[in-house]
Amino acid sequence: MMDPPPYRLCRNAFGRLECTGTDGEVHEGVVPVRAFPITAPEHGIALVDPHGRELAWIDQLSDLPDDFRILVETELARREFMPEIRRIVSVSSFATPSTWEVQTDRGSAHLILKGEEDIRRLTAPALLIADSHGIHYLIRDRHALDQQSRRFLDRFL
Amino acid sequence: MALAEDERLLAWLAIDLDASLRFAPGMIIVTSERLLAMSADDTQWQAWNYRRGLTLARRDHAGVGTLELCDASSLLGHWRYTLGSDVAAGRLVDHFARQLSFRLTGEIPAVSALALCPNCETPLLAGQEECPVCSKEIHEPPSTWTLLRLGRFARPYRGQLLAGFLLSLLTTAATLVAPYLTMPLMDNVLIPYQNGKAIDPGLVALYLSGLLGSSLVAWVLGWGRTYILALVSERIGADLRTTTYEHLLKLSQEYFGGKRTGDLMARIGSETDRINIFISLHLLDFATDVLMIVMTTAILVSIDPWLAAVTLLPLPIIAWLIHVVRERLRTGFERVDRVWAEVTNVLADTIPGIRVVKAFAQEQREAARFRAANAHNLDVNDRVNKVWSLFSPTVTLLTELGLLIVWAFGIWQIAKDQITVGVLTAFLAYISRFYLRLDSMSRIVSVTQKAAAGAKRIFDILDHVSSVPEPINPVHLPSVSGRIELRSVGFRYGTRSVTRDISIVIEPGEMVGLVGHSGSGKSTLVNLISRFYDVTEGAILIDGVDVRSIPVAEYRKNIGLVLQEPFLFFGTIAENIAYGRPTATRCEIIAAARAAHAHEFILRLPHGYDSLVGERGQALSGGERQRISIARALLIDPPILILDEATSSVDTTTEKEIQKALDNLVRGRTTIAIAHRLSTLRDANRLVVLDRGRIVEAGSHDELMAREGHYYRLYQAQARNVDTEDQLHTLRVDPKDEGDRE
Repeated sequence: MMDPPPYRLCRNAFGRLECTGTDGEVHEGVVPVRAFPITAPEHGIALVDPHGRELAWIDQLSDLPDDFRILVETELARREFMPEIRRIVSVSSFATPSTWEVQTDRGSAHLILKGEEDIRRLTAPALLIADSHGIHYLIRDRHALDQQSRRFLDRFL
Repeated sequence: MALAEDERLLAWLAIDLDASLRFAPGMIIVTSERLLAMSADDTQWQAWNYRRGLTLARRDHAGVGTLELCDASSLLGHWRYTLGSDVAAGRLVDHFARQLSFRLTGEIPAVSALALCPNCETPLLAGQEECPVCSKEIHEPPSTWTLLRLGRFARPYRGQLLAGFLLSLLTTAATLVAPYLTMPLMDNVLIPYQNGKAIDPGLVALYLSGLLGSSLVAWVLGWGRTYILALVSERIGADLRTTTYEHLLKLSQEYFGGKRTGDLMARIGSETDRINIFISLHLLDFATDVLMIVMTTAILVSIDPWLAAVTLLPLPIIAWLIHVVRERLRTGFERVDRVWAEVTNVLADTIPGIRVVKAFAQEQREAARFRAANAHNLDVNDRVNKVWSLFSPTVTLLTELGLLIVWAFGIWQIAKDQITVGVLTAFLAYISRFYLRLDSMSRIVSVTQKAAAGAKRIFDILDHVSSVPEPINPVHLPSVSGRIELRSVGFRYGTRSVTRDISIVIEPGEMVGLVGHSGSGKSTLVNLISRFYDVTEGAILIDGVDVRSIPVAEYRKNIGLVLQEPFLFFGTIAENIAYGRPTATRCEIIAAARAAHAHEFILRLPHGYDSLVGERGQALSGGERQRISIARALLIDPPILILDEATSSVDTTTEKEIQKALDNLVRGRTTIAIAHRLSTLRDANRLVVLDRGRIVEAGSHDELMAREGHYYRLYQAQARNVDTEDQLHTLRVDPKDEGDRE
C-alpha cells in the first residue's frame, strides 16, 4: 500500500467527479482516462480535467485507497464502452458493408462493418472492430471463438 | 403507461443501452406535459414534469451518447444510447427545450425555417429532395455475382462480343467433325480390311481430306475468335481502369484518409489486369468448353443413347466436386489478395519513410516486418495450395475412371453386337477430349473466383459514393466576392466530434487568422471550407449560397490553398506553377513566380523554369517549394485564399521570404490563415481563437491581448519560446534555405 494520494476525490450532486488538489483548487467534471486501454488497462490512468489537462497520474488502480478506487472504477465503467465479442451469430454478407449479429459481454447487438480495414489487428490474437457508428468491438482472442464465429471472421481477415 | 387526457406526444427516443452500458432497449418520451423515461433497469416509467431549472443535455464519448436531465442542484437521470440514434436524441432535446420554454414563458420558440432531412436533420438545400448525408450511407453489401456487373463495361462492345461468340460456336463445331469421321474410317475402311477386304483409296482420301479440312477451318476460325475477344477484353480492362481511377479522384479526402496507397494502387493496377486476362483467356475457354460439352452430348446421344448415358455419368460427380472445392478456394484466394496487399503496404510504408528508418537504424526491423508479411503470404498460399493441389489430380483420376467405364460398357455392347467398333472409337475420341476439357474447365473455378474477388475490390471503389456529393440541381456562381459564412457548423470524424457549433462571417477581402492549440479544429475548419469534407451539422455559405449546392470543382476553382507541406508533381517548375490553370501563358507563370518571390531562385536553377522537380520536389528546399506553391495559388487568382500553416515548416529567415510572397498573395482576397506562430498573423483583420472544436474568442490582436484570455495565454507562451528560438538561430551558421541545393 502506498501513501495516500495528495488529492481528494468525490462525486458531486450532478454525478460528476470532483478533484481537490493540494492547492485546494476544486476541479469539477474530472475524467479518468486509461493510457493503454487495450494492452494494459489496469496500468496508467490519468485524471484529466474538462480542458484536457492532467491533474493526477495513477500508476496502478490498486495503489489507490479503496474509496477513491471505487470512485475511479465506477467513473471508468460509466464511460467505457468496448463490447467484447463472444460469438458472431450471423453476418449478412461476406462483402462489405456487412451487418453482423454478435453476442457480446454486454448483450447481443448488431454492428455494421463498413470495410475490412475497419478490423484492426492489435497485438495478436486480439482484434478491434469499428462499426459504422464508431463503436469499437473487441475480440480478445480470435482463436478462442467457436468454430462458426472463426469461420465468419476468417472471411474478413 | 397512460398519458393524461390532453397530453400530446412530442418526440421519442428508443435507447439501446442501460445505465451499466449493456445492450438493452429503453424509451424516452417528451410529451406536452413532462419527460418520461423507462430504461431496462426500471420496472416502471419515471416522469418529470416541466419546471424551472430543468435542463436536458446531450453529450457523446467513444460512440456512446448520454442524455442528462439536471435541475439547478443535482442530476436527476441519465440515459445512454449508441450514436445511431443521435439524431433522434437531438430532436428530443430540441423538443424538450421548446416545450419547457413554452411552459415557463407561454411562448413557443420559432422552429428553424430551414428544411431539414427527416432522418438526420441535415439542412436540405433548395432543389434537393434527397438528403446527401443519408443517401451516402449505403449499408447493403454488393451482390455476390459481382462479375456480372462487369456487363456494364462490356455493353459498348456488344457487336464484337457477339461476333466472337458466333466464331466460338463455329470453331467448336469444326473441331468436333474430326472424331466423328473416325467412326466411318474405322467401320468402312479398317475393320473391313481386317476382315480381308481391300482398302478403297478414294474413300480414305475423302475421309482424310475431311479431317484436314475441319482442322484448317477450326484453325482460321479460332484465330479470328481469339483475336476479336482479346481486343475487346483489353478495351474492357482499360475502360475499367480509367473509370475506377476517375471515380477514385472524385472521392473525398475522407476516403483517402482511411485507405493505404499500396492497396489502392494494387486495386487499380493488378486487379483490373487480372479481370482482363480472365475475360480474354479463361472466360473464353470456358465458353468454348461449355459449347463443346453441349455439342458433344448432342452428337453422342444421336449415335447411341445408352453409351452416351454411361459416358456422361461421371459428369455430375465432377461438377459436384468442383462445387465443393469452389467455396474453399474462393475464400482462400480472397485472403491471398489481402495478404498480397499487406506485403505491398509494408513497402508503401517504408519507402517514403526511408529517412526515418535509416535515422533510427531500423533497417533490420523493417526487413523483419517485410519477412513477416511475406511469411504470412506464404502461409496463406500454402493453405490454399493444399486444397488446390488435390483438385487437379482428382479430376484426372475421375477422367480415367470415366474412360474405364466407357471401355467396359462399350466392349460389352460390341460383344452383344449392339454397336460397331467404329462407334466405340468415336466415343472414346470424343470423351477423351471431353474430359480433357473438364479438367481445364475445373481451372475456371479458381480463375473465376480470383477475378470475382478482384472485381469486388474494384466495385468497392466504384460503389463508394463520395461523401462530398455533387449537387443534383447545381447552383452556378458567375463571380464570387468571397463572403464566407459558417452557420453553426459541426463536424464529426467517426465518433469524435471535432468541431461544434461554429459560426463566423468573413467579409470579402478580410483576413482572418485561426488560432488555437493543435487539435483545436483549425485544420478541420479549413478542410470544411475547402469542401474536402462536408459538414455534419450546420452549413457553410459562400456569397449566401450553400457550398453543397455548388458543383465541387467549380467551387474549388475559387479557392487557393497553400499547405504546410507543399506537394510538387513530377514535371517542370513551370508545369507545377500552372497546375491549377494549365492554359496559363509563360508571362503569367513568370508574373506569378515573381509575386511569390520565386522568380530569382528559379533562374538560378540549371534549367530555369524547365527544371524538373522530383516526385516530392526533392531537389528544392522547403522554402523554395513553398514559394512555388504560393505561385501556384497566385496564378489561379482565387477570391478566397487558405493558408494552412504555410510557414511553419521553415525557419524564421525563410519565413520572412515566404511572408513577403504571401503579402502579395493575400492582397484583396478573403484569406483564412492558420499559423502556429502568432507573429505570422500580424496582418490579420481578425483572429478567431479555437479551443477543442469551439470558438472561444474573436477579435483583433490588441483586443484579445487586452482581454487577457485564451489568446493572451497562447501569445505569452509563444513569446517565451520565440526568445529561445531566436537564440538558436543566431547560433546557426548558414540558414537551411539556400544552402543545401547545389
